[in-house]
Amino acid sequence: MTLLAFARGPALQAATLIMIAGMFWRLAGILLLRRRPAHAAARHSLLVRLSGGARTIITRTIPRRNFWPRVATGVSMSYVMHIGLFVILFAGAPHILVFHQITGLSWPNLPKGVIVIASALTLAALVALLVRRLNNPVLRLLSNVDDYLSWLLVFLPITTGILLSGETVAGYGTLLALHILSVEVLMIWLPFGKLMHVALVFAGRGVIGFNFARKGAAT
Amino acid sequence: MTQYAETLGEMLARRGFGRRSLLKFAIVMTSSLALPPGMAPVMAANLAKAKRQSVIWLSFQKCTGCLETLLRSSAPTIDALIFDFISLDYQESLMASAGTAAELTLRQAVAANPGEYLLAIDGSVPLKDGGVYSLTGGRSNVSMLEEFASGAKAILAIGTCAAYGGIPKAHPNPTGAAGVEDVISGKPIVNIPGCPPVPEVLSGVLVYFVSFGRLPDLDDRKRPLAYFGTTIHDQCYRRPFYDQGKFAKSFDDEGARQGWCLFELGCKGPTTHNACASLKWNNGTSFPIESGHGCIGCSEPDFWDQGSFYTSLAGGSATGWRNAGIAAAIGLAGGAAAALSARSKSSVPPEEKI
Repeated sequence: MTLLAFARGPALQAATLIMIAGMFWRLAGILLLRRRPAHAAARHSLLVRLSGGARTIITRTIPRRNFWPRVATGVSMSYVMHIGLFVILFAGAPHILVFHQITGLSWPNLPKGVIVIASALTLAALVALLVRRLNNPVLRLLSNVDDYLSWLLVFLPITTGILLSGETVAGYGTLLALHILSVEVLMIWLPFGKLMHVALVFAGRGVIGFNFARKGAAT
Repeated sequence: MTQYAETLGEMLARRGFGRRSLLKFAIVMTSSLALPPGMAPVMAANLAKAKRQSVIWLSFQKCTGCLETLLRSSAPTIDALIFDFISLDYQESLMASAGTAAELTLRQAVAANPGEYLLAIDGSVPLKDGGVYSLTGGRSNVSMLEEFASGAKAILAIGTCAAYGGIPKAHPNPTGAAGVEDVISGKPIVNIPGCPPVPEVLSGVLVYFVSFGRLPDLDDRKRPLAYFGTTIHDQCYRRPFYDQGKFAKSFDDEGARQGWCLFELGCKGPTTHNACASLKWNNGTSFPIESGHGCIGCSEPDFWDQGSFYTSLAGGSATGWRNAGIAAAIGLAGGAAAALSARSKSSVPPEEKI
């Protein structure tokens, strides 16, 4: 079995199953967390609480103005990285093909050159964020293995993807295999570390906003 | 069947072909072999001095497609190869003799050119159960290969079956099919894979061997670099559409009519090394992608077991919704069990800890 056949076959299946099982494991664990009983009566109706949750999902995407000078660089780089990842994942033709294979859904793709530019910007933003993390004493203190491993596992698929688009360092088959394998390692780690925010970020904000609205706090 | 005293130059001169004809031919072949233009006169001079090369061709577990396509080779034609540059001393499908007469022919050919003949093989070598699944004159292919490879100067594994086992080796490989290099070691082997192989590649390898007395440069899979150094994708005329992100979604949509890239329809060109896109088929008429079908990767090892020909390289073997559901259920059960276990161990409600 070639490396590519392994990557497209058993490795892909195993990574997918581990990711699915891991995500549901995490979700079950979170949903069954023991919560503090709410003794006070709710300040607002359910509709207001739900709208508070929805509003928080949006408001927390942008830092408050008084914080902006301090966090502008990090937030900007983070947005470049996340938007870049979104473009790569959902507008790259090969990636759309994977979604099509799984769901039957398809949509127009962007030219390869645009995806390469998005990849380069994402990579640059990732490197900038790592440098910032390493240079900032507070961030460095707060960081653990999860942060650096998650960074590496996002860095590798983008790097191998760029190499694959250039097809210069090695043959297409080898680079494709490495790219797919790097994504599979990411898939396996995703549920168990901070990368799980892919699934939890909006839900988490929504719950916070919902609880704040219940107490009558600003969201 | 005897050793040839007459050189190719003398033979061609006797037939009325001058040095210029040979030089023209050498120019074509040096171009085909990606040799520098300055090598053409050298090749022509060497060819003129060369003697006809004895070739013994054994057919094993195969469909004869390789031979069929080589008979339709164009540059040079196989008959020209047979009569001008090589002496095809034994080939069961083409020779007139049969039975014991054919076996005698084979023995005589080997005895006449010990250590000097080229051994050409098409078809895979069945190894299971002592190789009983393919016999010639009651002898197994593997036995014949081992015997005749020992006296050969080099071995040409023609077609994907001879090179890597090919379709006979496809899962579950009931005959234990293998390629020549899986059986023979210690001999120069050149693989010319393809199902069938591009005829001009064999011509080029033979001409190179006759001209320079050795095999051309090979890659890590023992394929001639000049022909297998790049992928179909690298030389494909539809490559600009790949870069622009323009893909045919079906074989009869507007994209297909516009000649857009067939990657999404399962084309294996990016992972397939061969010369189809440059040399083309049927006297340079076209190649599969030009005819509207993606490359199926027939010159790569185990191409038959790489999934559907119509599944994009970007895809893979999906787990299926059933398995995904089972994984989700296991995850839910495991997560719930872990959470409940944690809760049962914590007797004090969180709010009382504060």
